[in-house]
Amino acid sequence: MSDHEYVPKSKFGKWFNDRLPLLSLGNHLADYPTPKNLNYWWTFGGILTFCLIIQIVTGLTLAMHYIAHADFAFESVEHIMRDVNYGWLIRYIHSNGASMFFLAVYIHIFRSLFYGSYKSPREIIWIIGIIIYLLMMAAAFMGYVLPWGQMSFWGATVITNLFSAIPFVGEGIVQWLWGGYSVGNPTLTRFFTLHYLIPFLILGLVALHIWALHVPGNNNPIGIDVKKPSRDTVPFHPYIVIKDGFALLMFMIVFAFFVFYSPNILGHADNYIEANPMVTPAHIVPEWYLLPFYAILRSIPDKLMGVVAMLSAILILAALPWLDTSKIRSAVFRPLYKQFYWILVADVIILGYVGAMPAEGLYLLIARVTTAYYFIHFLMILPILGFKEKTLPVPLSITEPVLGSHPNQSTVKKKENLN
Amino acid sequence: MKNIFKISYLTILLLATTHQVKAEEKVELLKTDWSFKGLFGTFDRGSLQRGYQVYTEVCASCHSMKYLSYRNLSEKGGPEFSIEQAKAIAASFEVTDGPNEDGEMFQRPGKLSDKFVMPYGNVKEAQAANGGAYPPDMSVLAKARSGGVDYIYSVLLGYEDPPSGVTLDDGVYYNKYMYGNNIKMSQPLYDGSVEYSGGTEATKEQMAKDVTTFLMWTAEPHLEARHKMGFKAILYLIILTILVYFSMKKIWSRIESEV
Repeated sequence: MSDHEYVPKSKFGKWFNDRLPLLSLGNHLADYPTPKNLNYWWTFGGILTFCLIIQIVTGLTLAMHYIAHADFAFESVEHIMRDVNYGWLIRYIHSNGASMFFLAVYIHIFRSLFYGSYKSPREIIWIIGIIIYLLMMAAAFMGYVLPWGQMSFWGATVITNLFSAIPFVGEGIVQWLWGGYSVGNPTLTRFFTLHYLIPFLILGLVALHIWALHVPGNNNPIGIDVKKPSRDTVPFHPYIVIKDGFALLMFMIVFAFFVFYSPNILGHADNYIEANPMVTPAHIVPEWYLLPFYAILRSIPDKLMGVVAMLSAILILAALPWLDTSKIRSAVFRPLYKQFYWILVADVIILGYVGAMPAEGLYLLIARVTTAYYFIHFLMILPILGFKEKTLPVPLSITEPVLGSHPNQSTVKKKENLN
Repeated sequence: MKNIFKISYLTILLLATTHQVKAEEKVELLKTDWSFKGLFGTFDRGSLQRGYQVYTEVCASCHSMKYLSYRNLSEKGGPEFSIEQAKAIAASFEVTDGPNEDGEMFQRPGKLSDKFVMPYGNVKEAQAANGGAYPPDMSVLAKARSGGVDYIYSVLLGYEDPPSGVTLDDGVYYNKYMYGNNIKMSQPLYDGSVEYSGGTEATKEQMAKDVTTFLMWTAEPHLEARHKMGFKAILYLIILTILVYFSMKKIWSRIESEV
């Protein structure tokens, strides 16, 4: 890397950089050699960083006006919506921002799955990513509790009750989590504290995520190792900065559309009813981004096994670099994996759909089949596919796609552009 | 070609999902054209003012509106009563204040800064007066029911004689659009329930539309500001996106690669 050769121009810059090499870091980030064939699915890393910062900034502002108390939380949110200057804007950005954050993270994860970005030597980046994802879910769940509406209260009740499935100590753990014998004020105040804390943990992990990324460098749509720097790479600035910026703006247009024109469409109407421990809503459903896991939870008749299955569904991802035995990273050169990839996408979407439906009859059956398939994909299909699949020839570099004039050249080019 | 196939496959999945979720509400709700829908939607001032009248004369005897203050009635984007009108409205209510220097609570006429006076002292009192059912607070009601304004509008107009074979308890009424069809509120609106000044005919439909518009405003008092700002923000973003797109093309033209 060029870090070592970098010398600041000014005398003060040199003096400062010798003591704290911030300028070297800046230079490294600007020069960072990036594969030049990255497609738009790669812009979601930057978009996610943007989402995190937006959530932190709007969240801090909301926290200045919000009151974490069971008797005042709902009212203080209404106060924000009505009387705080642009409070409605800040709150709608924050609440829709959570959905946008998850939309982006799902695209980011599925991009990784398609192009094999989790494979050696990027396992640590991937595992840090999974931890970030877990923390995001915790933050989102606790954030949804804070407005203290009906869904907040009953969602919190359902999710915390999951811990009661743990043998022997379950009941005790649940009461410890609640700080009482039911979800109440102590639960709200601790959720608020944790909801405030977690984003900063995520911020730290994002720094590690990027640090770990900068060691091997980016994967790319054809999934080959790239010599850096070379004709295959471009410096991060200005090439990737402007491209990420363009994609971010497109994303912001979608974001703005939700905030300004349908700010409540992703939420649940019941959450505008103040929490009432005496009245249970007809259907308790989590936010859309948690629905696939909710479906897995409910598809297992046994409570404990349901919880285990739900957690495994997420944790299994951490083992993915070792479950996928194929040496080829990108699905572009894996005709069979590509098919299974799209089946998995459909499987997860169907899981999300049945997660929103009552757990009965046909829905329950579909949930069970799709849950089973989810695990089969990771535990059976992926390990076997690595040995059985006949992969297509992989190019040697990005600029010289394939040795000689192989017929695959055109497909490679097409994939690069379209994906 | 394959990509087109993929995109359509995802779109169909997503559409199927959203469609099914909506299909769950079995009864087709009544529709009317709301002036506040759409990118440039604004409230109809006249409708909001009439809606406030319907609320005060019909609903307010049971339904509270605890997050609103009288000052809101004269604020921009709402019914926009004049300050004098809003003051007069506030003064027509008796507000309990205190304690005074003798340590006693006292009654005084309402001020702009007061919250809307509640019809009942507490939930239990409200339930006792309404056969056990609590008339919900109306401040955010339009956002607190799936179906939103269409649902409220439909319930207001959905009173019918029960179908044969359905017997109702005393104090329970049949409503085509209410969840479970049983409602403890008797039909609130009849033609001519209120007397509109200014020539608008007070039909059931007109009053239902006006009061529902008013409820939308109470739930989303900054709706107009939001729509206005949204248009500017999205226009700004689109222009900036186009500029950045061409800058990107220019920068990437330095190397032989496509963006």
